[in-house]
Amino acid sequence: MLEIRDYRKTFHPGTPNEVRALRGVSLHIHDGTFAVVIGTNGSGKSTLLNAVAGAFLPDEGSVALAGRDISAWPEHRRARLIGRVFQNPFSGTAPGMTIAENLAMAARRGRFPGMGWALCRSLLDECRDRVRVLGMGLEDRLHTNIGGLSGGQRQALTLLMATWQRPSLLLLDEHTAALDPRSAERIITLTSEIVAASRLTTLMVTHSMHQAANLGDRLLMMHRGEVVRDLEGEAKKRLRPDDLLAHFDQVRRREMLDESAAEMLRQRYI
Amino acid sequence: MSLLLGSLTIGLILALLALGVYIAFRIFDFPDMTADGSITLGGAVAAVLLVDGVSPAIATLAAALAGVMAGLVTGLLHTRCRIHPILSGILTMTALYSVNLRVMGKSNISLLSVNTLASSAERFGATFFGTGKSILLWGWEVAPRDLSILLAASLLVLMIMLLVYLFFRTDLGTAMRATGDNPQMVRAQGTETGLMITLGLALANGLIALSGALLTQYQGFADVQMGIGMLVWGLASVIIGESLVRGGGLGLTVCGALIGSLLFRLLVAIALRFGLNPNDLKLITALCVFAALVLPAWLGSLAARRKGGSHA
Repeated sequence: MLEIRDYRKTFHPGTPNEVRALRGVSLHIHDGTFAVVIGTNGSGKSTLLNAVAGAFLPDEGSVALAGRDISAWPEHRRARLIGRVFQNPFSGTAPGMTIAENLAMAARRGRFPGMGWALCRSLLDECRDRVRVLGMGLEDRLHTNIGGLSGGQRQALTLLMATWQRPSLLLLDEHTAALDPRSAERIITLTSEIVAASRLTTLMVTHSMHQAANLGDRLLMMHRGEVVRDLEGEAKKRLRPDDLLAHFDQVRRREMLDESAAEMLRQRYI
Repeated sequence: MSLLLGSLTIGLILALLALGVYIAFRIFDFPDMTADGSITLGGAVAAVLLVDGVSPAIATLAAALAGVMAGLVTGLLHTRCRIHPILSGILTMTALYSVNLRVMGKSNISLLSVNTLASSAERFGATFFGTGKSILLWGWEVAPRDLSILLAASLLVLMIMLLVYLFFRTDLGTAMRATGDNPQMVRAQGTETGLMITLGLALANGLIALSGALLTQYQGFADVQMGIGMLVWGLASVIIGESLVRGGGLGLTVCGALIGSLLFRLLVAIALRFGLNPNDLKLITALCVFAALVLPAWLGSLAARRKGGSHA
Protein backbone atom coordinates (compact mmCIF):
# COMPACT_ATOMS: atom_id res chain seq x y z
CA MET A 1 0.00 0.00 0.00
CA LEU A 2 1.13 3.54 -0.76
CA GLU A 3 0.46 5.93 2.08
CA ILE A 4 1.18 9.65 1.73
CA ARG A 5 0.58 11.77 4.83
CA ASP A 6 0.26 15.54 4.77
CA TYR A 7 3.02 15.93 2.15
CA ARG A 8 4.15 19.52 1.70
CA LYS A 9 6.76 20.83 -0.71
CA THR A 10 7.68 24.40 -1.60
CA PHE A 11 10.28 25.11 -4.26
CA HIS A 12 12.53 28.20 -4.02
CA PRO A 13 11.06 29.22 -0.63
CA GLY A 14 11.42 32.87 0.31
CA THR A 15 12.24 33.97 -3.24
CA PRO A 16 10.09 35.67 -5.89
CA ASN A 17 9.99 32.28 -7.66
CA GLU A 18 8.47 30.50 -4.65
CA VAL A 19 6.10 27.72 -5.70
CA ARG A 20 3.98 25.83 -3.19
CA ALA A 21 3.86 22.67 -5.29
CA LEU A 22 2.22 20.29 -2.80
CA ARG A 23 0.03 21.64 0.00
CA GLY A 24 -0.58 18.84 2.45
CA VAL A 25 -1.45 15.94 0.16
CA SER A 26 -2.69 12.81 1.95
CA LEU A 27 -3.45 9.61 0.05
CA HIS A 28 -3.95 5.91 0.72
CA ILE A 29 -3.65 3.71 -2.33
CA HIS A 30 -4.36 0.07 -1.70
CA ASP A 31 -2.43 -2.78 -3.30
CA GLY A 32 -3.61 -3.54 -6.81
CA THR A 33 -5.27 -0.14 -7.29
CA PHE A 34 -4.78 1.60 -10.64
CA ALA A 35 -5.12 5.29 -9.80
CA VAL A 36 -5.19 7.93 -12.52
CA VAL A 37 -4.13 11.48 -11.63
CA ILE A 38 -5.38 14.44 -13.65
CA GLY A 39 -5.18 18.15 -13.12
CA THR A 40 -4.53 21.52 -14.68
CA ASN A 41 -1.03 22.65 -15.64
CA GLY A 42 1.02 23.30 -12.51
CA SER A 43 -1.50 21.49 -10.31
CA GLY A 44 1.21 19.27 -8.82
CA LYS A 45 0.51 15.96 -10.62
CA SER A 46 4.05 15.27 -11.75
CA THR A 47 5.42 16.76 -8.52
CA LEU A 48 3.34 14.21 -6.61
CA LEU A 49 4.90 11.38 -8.65
CA ASN A 50 8.38 12.82 -8.19
CA ALA A 51 7.73 13.12 -4.45
CA VAL A 52 6.86 9.43 -4.29
CA ALA A 53 9.82 8.49 -6.51
CA GLY A 54 12.20 10.43 -4.24
CA ALA A 55 13.39 13.08 -6.69
CA PHE A 56 13.34 15.43 -3.66
CA LEU A 57 12.65 15.17 0.05
CA PRO A 58 9.52 16.61 1.71
CA ASP A 59 9.39 19.84 3.71
CA GLU A 60 6.78 18.12 5.86
CA GLY A 61 4.91 14.85 5.72
CA SER A 62 5.83 11.28 4.93
CA VAL A 63 5.62 8.55 2.29
CA ALA A 64 5.25 4.87 3.18
CA LEU A 65 5.28 2.03 0.69
CA ALA A 66 4.86 -1.70 1.30
CA GLY A 67 4.82 -1.03 5.04
CA ARG A 68 8.11 0.90 5.08
CA ASP A 69 8.58 4.61 5.67
CA ILE A 70 10.58 5.67 2.60
CA SER A 71 10.41 9.43 3.24
CA ALA A 72 14.16 9.73 3.78
CA TRP A 73 15.20 7.16 1.17
CA PRO A 74 17.13 8.52 -1.84
CA GLU A 75 15.73 8.02 -5.32
CA HIS A 76 17.88 4.99 -6.23
CA ARG A 77 16.89 3.16 -3.06
CA ARG A 78 13.19 3.77 -3.65
CA ALA A 79 13.65 2.40 -7.16
CA ARG A 80 13.99 -1.05 -5.60
CA LEU A 81 10.27 -0.83 -4.85
CA ILE A 82 9.12 1.55 -7.57
CA GLY A 83 9.05 1.18 -11.34
CA ARG A 84 8.92 4.41 -13.37
CA VAL A 85 8.06 5.43 -16.88
CA PHE A 86 8.81 9.05 -17.72
CA GLN A 87 7.01 11.55 -19.92
CA ASN A 88 10.05 11.87 -22.19
CA PRO A 89 10.46 8.60 -24.09
CA PHE A 90 14.21 9.18 -24.10
CA SER A 91 14.54 9.42 -20.31
CA GLY A 92 13.98 5.78 -19.42
CA THR A 93 16.69 4.12 -21.48
CA ALA A 94 20.41 4.58 -22.13
CA PRO A 95 20.69 5.45 -25.84
CA GLY A 96 24.32 4.44 -26.29
CA MET A 97 23.68 0.91 -25.09
CA THR A 98 21.94 -2.01 -26.74
CA ILE A 99 18.37 -3.13 -26.01
CA ALA A 100 19.76 -6.21 -24.25
CA GLU A 101 22.14 -4.16 -22.07
CA ASN A 102 19.30 -1.83 -21.03
CA LEU A 103 17.11 -4.79 -20.16
CA ALA A 104 19.99 -6.36 -18.21
CA MET A 105 19.98 -3.28 -15.96
CA ALA A 106 16.29 -3.84 -15.26
CA ALA A 107 16.79 -7.56 -14.66
CA ARG A 108 19.15 -6.91 -11.77
CA ARG A 109 17.31 -3.89 -10.36
CA GLY A 110 17.71 -3.50 -6.62
CA ARG A 111 20.95 -5.50 -6.47
CA PHE A 112 24.39 -3.88 -6.32
CA PRO A 113 25.98 -4.39 -9.75
CA GLY A 114 28.64 -7.04 -9.35
CA MET A 115 31.38 -8.52 -11.49
CA GLY A 116 29.21 -11.13 -13.20
CA TRP A 117 28.60 -10.82 -16.95
CA ALA A 118 25.83 -8.35 -17.68
CA LEU A 119 24.50 -10.58 -20.46
CA CYS A 120 24.40 -14.35 -20.41
CA ARG A 121 22.58 -16.76 -22.71
CA SER A 122 19.70 -17.39 -20.29
CA LEU A 123 19.11 -13.66 -19.81
CA LEU A 124 19.20 -13.07 -23.57
CA ASP A 125 16.59 -15.81 -24.03
CA GLU A 126 14.44 -14.20 -21.35
CA CYS A 127 14.90 -10.77 -22.99
CA ARG A 128 13.80 -12.23 -26.34
CA ASP A 129 10.68 -13.79 -24.79
CA ARG A 130 9.66 -10.67 -22.90
CA VAL A 131 10.37 -8.27 -25.78
CA ARG A 132 8.33 -10.47 -28.14
CA VAL A 133 5.24 -9.69 -26.02
CA LEU A 134 5.55 -6.03 -27.05
CA GLY A 135 4.72 -7.06 -30.62
CA MET A 136 7.17 -4.58 -32.15
CA GLY A 137 9.62 -7.02 -33.72
CA LEU A 138 12.39 -5.90 -31.36
CA GLU A 139 13.17 -9.45 -30.20
CA ASP A 140 15.45 -9.89 -33.22
CA ARG A 141 17.22 -6.57 -32.58
CA LEU A 142 18.44 -7.09 -29.01
CA HIS A 143 21.96 -6.02 -29.92
CA THR A 144 20.82 -2.80 -31.60
CA ASN A 145 21.60 0.47 -29.83
CA ILE A 146 18.42 1.73 -28.21
CA GLY A 147 19.17 5.29 -29.36
CA GLY A 148 18.18 4.31 -32.90
CA LEU A 149 14.63 3.29 -31.95
CA SER A 150 11.48 5.41 -32.20
CA GLY A 151 9.96 7.12 -29.15
CA GLY A 152 7.14 4.57 -29.01
CA GLN A 153 9.53 1.63 -29.12
CA ARG A 154 11.70 3.17 -26.41
CA GLN A 155 8.70 3.90 -24.23
CA ALA A 156 7.48 0.30 -24.62
CA LEU A 157 10.92 -0.92 -23.55
CA THR A 158 10.93 1.49 -20.60
CA LEU A 159 7.55 0.09 -19.52
CA LEU A 160 8.96 -3.42 -19.82
CA MET A 161 12.01 -2.41 -17.77
CA ALA A 162 9.91 -0.73 -15.08
CA THR A 163 7.86 -3.90 -14.62
CA TRP A 164 10.56 -6.53 -15.30
CA GLN A 165 10.69 -7.24 -11.59
CA ARG A 166 7.22 -6.79 -10.12
CA PRO A 167 7.40 -3.35 -8.44
CA SER A 168 5.42 -2.49 -5.29
CA LEU A 169 4.34 0.63 -7.17
CA LEU A 170 4.38 1.63 -10.83
CA LEU A 171 4.60 5.36 -11.59
CA LEU A 172 3.57 6.50 -15.07
CA ASP A 173 4.18 10.19 -15.66
CA GLU A 174 2.20 11.20 -18.78
CA HIS A 175 4.07 8.42 -20.52
CA THR A 176 2.13 8.75 -23.78
CA ALA A 177 2.09 12.55 -23.97
CA ALA A 178 5.12 12.83 -26.27
CA LEU A 179 4.10 10.01 -28.63
CA ASP A 180 2.16 10.00 -31.89
CA PRO A 181 -1.48 8.86 -31.48
CA ARG A 182 -0.87 5.35 -32.82
CA SER A 183 2.14 4.73 -30.58
CA ALA A 184 0.29 6.26 -27.62
CA GLU A 185 -2.60 3.88 -28.17
CA ARG A 186 -0.22 0.89 -28.34
CA ILE A 187 1.54 1.95 -25.14
CA ILE A 188 -1.77 2.43 -23.31
CA THR A 189 -2.91 -1.05 -24.40
CA LEU A 190 0.40 -2.51 -23.20
CA THR A 191 0.12 -0.60 -19.93
CA SER A 192 -3.40 -1.94 -19.29
CA GLU A 193 -2.32 -5.50 -20.10
CA ILE A 194 0.81 -5.42 -17.93
CA VAL A 195 -0.93 -3.72 -14.98
CA ALA A 196 -3.87 -6.14 -15.13
CA ALA A 197 -1.69 -9.25 -15.58
CA SER A 198 0.42 -8.52 -12.49
CA ARG A 199 -2.26 -6.58 -10.56
CA LEU A 200 0.24 -3.75 -10.10
CA THR A 201 -0.41 -0.84 -7.80
CA THR A 202 -0.21 2.01 -10.26
CA LEU A 203 -0.24 5.79 -10.16
CA MET A 204 -0.62 7.28 -13.63
CA VAL A 205 -0.59 10.97 -14.50
CA THR A 206 -2.34 11.92 -17.71
CA HIS A 207 -3.67 14.94 -19.56
CA SER A 208 -6.06 12.83 -21.61
CA MET A 209 -9.64 12.93 -20.35
CA HIS A 210 -10.36 9.71 -22.27
CA GLN A 211 -7.55 7.87 -20.50
CA ALA A 212 -8.66 9.31 -17.16
CA ALA A 213 -12.25 8.19 -17.70
CA ASN A 214 -11.55 4.79 -19.22
CA LEU A 215 -8.47 3.56 -17.36
CA GLY A 216 -7.96 2.56 -13.76
CA ASP A 217 -10.27 2.08 -10.85
CA ARG A 218 -9.63 5.35 -9.03
CA LEU A 219 -9.37 8.95 -10.17
CA LEU A 220 -7.56 11.74 -8.37
CA MET A 221 -8.04 15.30 -9.56
CA MET A 222 -5.39 17.78 -8.45
CA HIS A 223 -5.46 21.52 -8.34
CA ARG A 224 -2.97 23.96 -6.83
CA GLY A 225 -1.03 21.25 -5.03
CA GLU A 226 -4.05 19.57 -3.49
CA VAL A 227 -6.25 16.60 -4.32
CA VAL A 228 -9.61 18.26 -4.97
CA ARG A 229 -11.54 15.20 -6.13
CA ASP A 230 -11.13 11.50 -5.40
CA LEU A 231 -13.43 9.04 -7.16
CA GLU A 232 -13.44 5.26 -6.97
CA GLY A 233 -15.77 2.31 -7.30
CA GLU A 234 -19.07 2.95 -9.10
CA ALA A 235 -18.51 6.72 -9.22
CA LYS A 236 -15.30 6.13 -11.18
CA LYS A 237 -16.93 3.57 -13.45
CA ARG A 238 -19.76 5.96 -14.33
CA LEU A 239 -17.34 8.75 -15.11
CA ARG A 240 -17.31 10.05 -18.70
CA PRO A 241 -14.77 12.42 -20.31
CA ASP A 242 -17.50 15.09 -20.53
CA ASP A 243 -17.99 14.93 -16.73
CA LEU A 244 -14.30 15.62 -16.26
CA LEU A 245 -14.32 18.49 -18.73
CA ALA A 246 -17.32 19.97 -16.93
CA HIS A 247 -15.51 19.70 -13.63
CA PHE A 248 -12.43 21.40 -15.08
CA ASP A 249 -14.65 24.22 -16.34
CA GLN A 250 -16.04 24.62 -12.82
CA VAL A 251 -12.51 24.84 -11.46
CA ARG A 252 -11.51 27.38 -14.11
CA ARG A 253 -14.53 29.52 -13.34
CA ARG A 254 -13.73 29.36 -9.66
CA GLU A 255 -10.14 30.31 -10.47
CA MET A 256 -11.28 33.52 -12.10
CA LEU A 257 -12.98 34.36 -8.82
CA ASP A 258 -10.08 33.68 -6.52
CA GLU A 259 -9.80 35.60 -3.25
CA SER A 260 -8.09 38.72 -4.67
CA ALA A 261 -10.48 38.95 -7.64
CA ALA A 262 -13.50 38.43 -5.39
CA GLU A 263 -12.25 41.17 -3.04
CA MET A 264 -11.80 43.54 -5.98
CA LEU A 265 -15.34 42.83 -7.20
CA ARG A 266 -16.75 43.27 -3.69
CA GLN A 267 -15.07 46.67 -3.37
CA ARG A 268 -16.38 47.78 -6.75
CA TYR A 269 -19.96 46.53 -6.61
CA ILE A 270 -20.97 46.19 -3.00
CA MET B 1 64.29 2.38 -36.50
CA SER B 2 65.14 2.93 -32.84
CA LEU B 3 63.09 6.14 -32.96
CA LEU B 4 60.11 4.22 -34.34
CA LEU B 5 60.33 1.48 -31.70
CA GLY B 6 60.70 4.08 -28.94
CA SER B 7 57.72 6.03 -30.23
CA LEU B 8 55.59 2.90 -30.44
CA THR B 9 56.57 1.93 -26.88
CA ILE B 10 55.67 5.37 -25.48
CA GLY B 11 52.49 5.36 -27.58
CA LEU B 12 51.52 2.01 -26.07
CA ILE B 13 52.26 3.14 -22.52
CA LEU B 14 50.33 6.38 -23.01
CA ALA B 15 47.41 4.40 -24.47
CA LEU B 16 46.58 3.60 -20.84
CA LEU B 17 46.49 7.36 -20.17
CA ALA B 18 44.21 7.77 -23.21
CA LEU B 19 41.97 4.98 -21.95
CA GLY B 20 41.72 6.62 -18.52
CA VAL B 21 40.91 9.98 -20.11
CA TYR B 22 38.35 8.24 -22.36
CA ILE B 23 36.61 6.66 -19.35
CA ALA B 24 36.32 9.98 -17.50
CA PHE B 25 35.56 12.26 -20.46
CA ARG B 26 33.54 10.07 -22.76
CA ILE B 27 31.93 7.36 -20.63
CA PHE B 28 31.08 9.62 -17.67
CA ASP B 29 31.15 12.97 -19.50
CA PHE B 30 33.27 14.15 -16.56
CA PRO B 31 36.02 16.64 -17.45
CA ASP B 32 38.52 15.17 -14.99
CA MET B 33 41.55 17.39 -14.51
CA THR B 34 43.13 14.94 -12.06
CA ALA B 35 45.05 13.24 -14.88
CA ASP B 36 48.04 15.63 -14.80
CA GLY B 37 48.52 14.88 -11.10
CA SER B 38 47.71 11.17 -11.09
CA ILE B 39 50.13 10.27 -13.90
CA THR B 40 52.92 11.92 -11.90
CA LEU B 41 51.67 10.20 -8.74
CA GLY B 42 51.97 6.84 -10.49
CA GLY B 43 55.50 7.66 -11.59
CA ALA B 44 56.46 8.96 -8.16
CA VAL B 45 55.13 5.99 -6.18
CA ALA B 46 56.71 3.49 -8.57
CA ALA B 47 60.08 5.30 -8.53
CA VAL B 48 60.28 5.56 -4.74
CA LEU B 49 59.34 1.91 -4.24
CA LEU B 50 61.75 0.74 -6.93
CA VAL B 51 64.62 2.71 -5.37
CA ASP B 52 63.71 1.03 -2.06
CA GLY B 53 64.21 -2.35 -3.73
CA VAL B 54 60.56 -3.34 -4.05
CA SER B 55 59.81 -5.71 -6.92
CA PRO B 56 58.86 -3.85 -10.13
CA ALA B 57 55.51 -5.67 -10.40
CA ILE B 58 54.49 -4.71 -6.86
CA ALA B 59 55.77 -1.12 -7.30
CA THR B 60 53.71 -0.79 -10.51
CA LEU B 61 50.62 -2.21 -8.83
CA ALA B 62 51.07 0.15 -5.86
CA ALA B 63 51.36 3.08 -8.29
CA ALA B 64 48.08 2.10 -9.92
CA LEU B 65 46.42 1.85 -6.50
CA ALA B 66 47.70 5.34 -5.63
CA GLY B 67 46.00 6.58 -8.82
CA VAL B 68 42.81 4.80 -7.76
CA MET B 69 42.95 6.73 -4.47
CA ALA B 70 43.41 10.05 -6.33
CA GLY B 71 40.40 9.23 -8.51
CA LEU B 72 38.36 8.36 -5.43
CA VAL B 73 39.19 11.76 -3.91
CA THR B 74 38.03 13.59 -7.05
CA GLY B 75 34.91 11.43 -7.21
CA LEU B 76 34.02 12.00 -3.57
CA LEU B 77 34.63 15.75 -3.86
CA HIS B 78 32.13 15.85 -6.70
CA THR B 79 29.49 13.36 -5.57
CA ARG B 80 29.53 13.84 -1.78
CA CYS B 81 30.67 17.46 -1.42
CA ARG B 82 28.74 18.57 -4.56
CA ILE B 83 31.75 20.36 -6.03
CA HIS B 84 31.71 21.06 -9.78
CA PRO B 85 33.50 18.31 -11.78
CA ILE B 86 36.20 20.61 -13.16
CA LEU B 87 36.89 22.16 -9.76
CA SER B 88 36.99 18.73 -8.08
CA GLY B 89 39.69 17.63 -10.52
CA ILE B 90 41.63 20.88 -10.19
CA LEU B 91 41.58 20.62 -6.38
CA THR B 92 42.91 17.06 -6.45
CA MET B 93 45.47 17.88 -9.14
CA THR B 94 46.72 20.89 -7.17
CA ALA B 95 46.95 18.88 -3.96
CA LEU B 96 48.73 16.07 -5.79
CA TYR B 97 51.60 18.38 -6.74
CA SER B 98 52.54 18.65 -3.05
CA VAL B 99 51.72 14.98 -2.44
CA ASN B 100 54.01 13.96 -5.30
CA LEU B 101 56.84 16.10 -3.94
CA ARG B 102 56.30 14.55 -0.49
CA VAL B 103 56.30 11.05 -1.97
CA MET B 104 59.46 11.64 -3.99
CA GLY B 105 61.22 13.80 -1.40
CA LYS B 106 62.82 15.74 -4.27
CA SER B 107 61.76 16.84 -7.73
CA ASN B 108 63.52 14.11 -9.68
CA ILE B 109 64.41 10.45 -9.04
CA SER B 110 66.73 8.49 -11.32
CA LEU B 111 66.12 4.78 -11.91
CA LEU B 112 69.22 4.11 -14.00
CA SER B 113 70.78 1.58 -11.62
CA VAL B 114 67.50 0.14 -10.35
CA ASN B 115 65.66 -3.03 -11.34
CA THR B 116 62.53 -1.98 -13.26
CA LEU B 117 59.97 -3.64 -15.53
CA ALA B 118 61.97 -2.23 -18.45
CA SER B 119 65.25 -3.78 -17.25
CA SER B 120 63.43 -7.05 -16.50
CA ALA B 121 62.00 -7.06 -20.03
CA GLU B 122 65.48 -6.31 -21.39
CA ARG B 123 66.98 -9.26 -19.49
CA PHE B 124 64.15 -11.55 -20.54
CA GLY B 125 64.46 -10.42 -24.14
CA ALA B 126 68.20 -11.15 -24.11
CA THR B 127 67.42 -14.88 -23.84
CA PHE B 128 65.65 -14.65 -27.23
CA PHE B 129 67.50 -11.88 -29.05
CA GLY B 130 70.99 -12.26 -27.53
CA THR B 131 73.10 -9.56 -25.91
CA GLY B 132 74.51 -7.99 -29.07
CA LYS B 133 74.17 -4.31 -29.90
CA SER B 134 71.70 -4.91 -32.68
CA ILE B 135 69.75 -7.60 -34.51
CA LEU B 136 68.18 -7.63 -37.95
CA LEU B 137 64.39 -7.37 -38.07
CA TRP B 138 62.86 -7.49 -41.56
CA GLY B 139 66.08 -6.00 -42.87
CA TRP B 140 66.22 -3.22 -40.25
CA GLU B 141 68.85 -3.03 -37.53
CA VAL B 142 67.20 -2.74 -34.12
CA ALA B 143 68.54 -2.79 -30.58
CA PRO B 144 67.44 -5.97 -28.71
CA ARG B 145 66.64 -3.75 -25.70
CA ASP B 146 64.18 -1.61 -27.66
CA LEU B 147 62.53 -4.65 -29.21
CA SER B 148 62.22 -6.48 -25.87
CA ILE B 149 60.66 -3.50 -24.13
CA LEU B 150 58.27 -2.88 -27.05
CA LEU B 151 57.09 -6.49 -27.00
CA ALA B 152 56.71 -6.50 -23.20
CA ALA B 153 54.80 -3.18 -23.29
CA SER B 154 52.57 -4.47 -26.11
CA LEU B 155 51.75 -7.62 -24.14
CA LEU B 156 51.06 -5.74 -20.91
CA VAL B 157 49.04 -2.89 -22.43
CA LEU B 158 46.96 -5.18 -24.66
CA MET B 159 46.23 -7.42 -21.66
CA ILE B 160 45.12 -4.44 -19.56
CA MET B 161 42.96 -3.12 -22.40
CA LEU B 162 41.34 -6.53 -22.78
CA LEU B 163 40.64 -6.59 -19.03
CA VAL B 164 39.10 -3.10 -19.21
CA TYR B 165 36.97 -4.19 -22.18
CA LEU B 166 35.80 -7.28 -20.30
CA PHE B 167 35.13 -5.20 -17.18
CA PHE B 168 32.76 -2.97 -19.13
CA ARG B 169 30.78 -6.06 -20.14
CA THR B 170 30.09 -6.95 -16.47
CA ASP B 171 27.10 -5.77 -14.44
CA LEU B 172 29.23 -3.11 -12.75
CA GLY B 173 30.82 -1.96 -16.00
CA THR B 174 27.43 -1.82 -17.72
CA ALA B 175 26.02 0.25 -14.85
CA MET B 176 28.99 2.64 -15.18
CA ARG B 177 28.47 3.06 -18.93
CA ALA B 178 24.76 3.60 -18.39
CA THR B 179 25.53 6.24 -15.73
CA GLY B 180 27.38 8.32 -18.30
CA ASP B 181 24.68 7.68 -20.90
CA ASN B 182 21.55 8.41 -18.86
CA PRO B 183 21.90 8.88 -15.09
CA GLN B 184 18.13 9.28 -14.64
CA MET B 185 17.57 5.80 -16.06
CA VAL B 186 20.27 4.35 -13.82
CA ARG B 187 18.70 5.85 -10.69
CA ALA B 188 15.31 4.55 -11.82
CA GLN B 189 16.86 1.09 -11.99
CA GLY B 190 18.02 1.33 -8.37
CA THR B 191 21.72 2.12 -8.83
CA GLU B 192 23.43 5.04 -7.13
CA THR B 193 24.96 7.18 -9.86
CA GLY B 194 27.31 9.00 -7.45
CA LEU B 195 28.96 5.71 -6.51
CA MET B 196 29.29 4.71 -10.16
CA ILE B 197 30.96 8.05 -11.01
CA THR B 198 33.35 7.72 -8.06
CA LEU B 199 34.31 4.16 -8.97
CA GLY B 200 34.67 5.14 -12.62
CA LEU B 201 37.03 8.00 -11.78
CA ALA B 202 39.00 5.64 -9.53
CA LEU B 203 39.39 3.21 -12.44
CA ALA B 204 40.30 6.01 -14.85
CA ASN B 205 42.97 7.47 -12.59
CA GLY B 206 44.25 4.00 -11.70
CA LEU B 207 44.93 3.45 -15.40
CA ILE B 208 46.50 6.90 -15.74
CA ALA B 209 48.78 6.30 -12.74
CA LEU B 210 49.70 2.89 -14.18
CA SER B 211 50.63 4.66 -17.38
CA GLY B 212 52.80 7.04 -15.31
CA ALA B 213 54.49 4.13 -13.54
CA LEU B 214 55.31 2.39 -16.83
CA LEU B 215 56.51 5.63 -18.44
CA THR B 216 58.80 6.30 -15.48
CA GLN B 217 60.32 2.84 -15.73
CA TYR B 218 60.77 3.15 -19.48
CA GLN B 219 62.36 6.61 -19.29
CA GLY B 220 64.47 5.69 -16.27
CA PHE B 221 63.43 8.63 -14.14
CA ALA B 222 60.47 10.23 -12.38
CA ASP B 223 60.01 13.99 -12.46
CA VAL B 224 57.47 16.02 -10.53
CA GLN B 225 56.73 18.00 -13.72
CA MET B 226 56.16 14.96 -15.92
CA GLY B 227 52.35 15.28 -15.77
CA ILE B 228 52.08 18.79 -17.17
CA GLY B 229 50.00 18.73 -20.35
CA MET B 230 49.37 14.98 -20.18
CA LEU B 231 45.59 15.49 -20.00
CA VAL B 232 45.64 17.25 -23.38
CA TRP B 233 47.90 14.49 -24.70
CA GLY B 234 45.34 11.90 -23.61
CA LEU B 235 42.50 13.93 -25.10
CA ALA B 236 44.32 14.26 -28.42
CA SER B 237 44.76 10.48 -28.53
CA VAL B 238 41.09 9.91 -27.69
CA ILE B 239 39.92 12.36 -30.36
CA ILE B 240 42.19 10.85 -33.04
CA GLY B 241 41.04 7.37 -32.05
CA GLU B 242 37.37 8.35 -32.11
CA SER B 243 37.67 9.85 -35.56
CA LEU B 244 39.03 6.52 -36.79
CA VAL B 245 36.48 4.21 -35.13
CA ARG B 246 33.43 6.51 -35.11
CA GLY B 247 30.20 4.67 -34.35
CA GLY B 248 31.96 1.46 -33.33
CA GLY B 249 31.06 -0.70 -30.37
CA LEU B 250 32.79 -0.89 -27.00
CA GLY B 251 35.67 -3.05 -28.29
CA LEU B 252 36.42 -0.74 -31.18
CA THR B 253 36.26 2.29 -28.90
CA VAL B 254 38.83 0.79 -26.54
CA CYS B 255 41.01 -0.03 -29.57
CA GLY B 256 40.48 3.57 -30.72
CA ALA B 257 42.26 4.87 -27.60
CA LEU B 258 45.21 2.59 -28.36
CA ILE B 259 45.36 3.47 -32.06
CA GLY B 260 44.92 7.18 -31.30
CA SER B 261 47.77 7.13 -28.80
CA LEU B 262 50.10 5.27 -31.17
CA LEU B 263 49.30 7.56 -34.10
CA PHE B 264 49.62 10.71 -32.04
CA ARG B 265 52.98 9.62 -30.65
CA LEU B 266 54.20 8.77 -34.15
CA LEU B 267 53.06 12.16 -35.44
CA VAL B 268 54.95 13.86 -32.62
CA ALA B 269 58.06 11.76 -33.28
CA ILE B 270 57.95 12.63 -36.98
CA ALA B 271 57.48 16.32 -36.18
CA LEU B 272 60.45 16.25 -33.78
CA ARG B 273 62.51 14.34 -36.35
CA PHE B 274 61.88 17.10 -38.87
CA GLY B 275 63.11 19.81 -36.55
CA LEU B 276 60.18 20.79 -34.32
CA ASN B 277 61.47 22.61 -31.25
CA PRO B 278 60.61 20.34 -28.26
CA ASN B 279 59.63 23.48 -26.33
CA ASP B 280 56.77 23.97 -28.80
CA LEU B 281 55.43 20.45 -28.26
CA LYS B 282 52.65 21.35 -25.81
CA LEU B 283 51.53 24.25 -27.99
CA ILE B 284 51.39 21.99 -31.05
CA THR B 285 49.50 19.35 -29.03
CA ALA B 286 46.93 21.93 -27.91
CA LEU B 287 46.57 23.18 -31.51
CA CYS B 288 46.10 19.60 -32.73
CA VAL B 289 43.30 19.03 -30.18
CA PHE B 290 41.74 22.36 -31.13
CA ALA B 291 41.83 21.44 -34.82
CA ALA B 292 40.42 17.97 -34.17
CA LEU B 293 37.57 19.46 -32.13
CA VAL B 294 36.68 22.33 -34.41
CA LEU B 295 37.57 21.28 -37.96
CA PRO B 296 34.97 18.48 -38.38
CA ALA B 297 32.14 20.89 -37.42
CA TRP B 298 33.51 23.65 -39.70
CA LEU B 299 33.99 21.28 -42.61
CA GLY B 300 30.50 19.84 -42.02
CA SER B 301 28.82 23.26 -42.05
CA LEU B 302 30.88 24.28 -45.10
CA ALA B 303 29.75 21.16 -46.96
CA ALA B 304 26.13 21.75 -45.91
CA ARG B 305 26.33 25.38 -47.10
CA ARG B 306 27.77 24.29 -50.45
CA LYS B 307 25.06 21.65 -50.79
CA GLY B 308 22.41 24.24 -49.92
CA GLY B 309 23.94 26.62 -52.45
CA SER B 310 23.88 24.04 -55.23
CA HIS B 311 20.19 23.30 -54.51
CA ALA B 312 19.29 26.97 -54.61
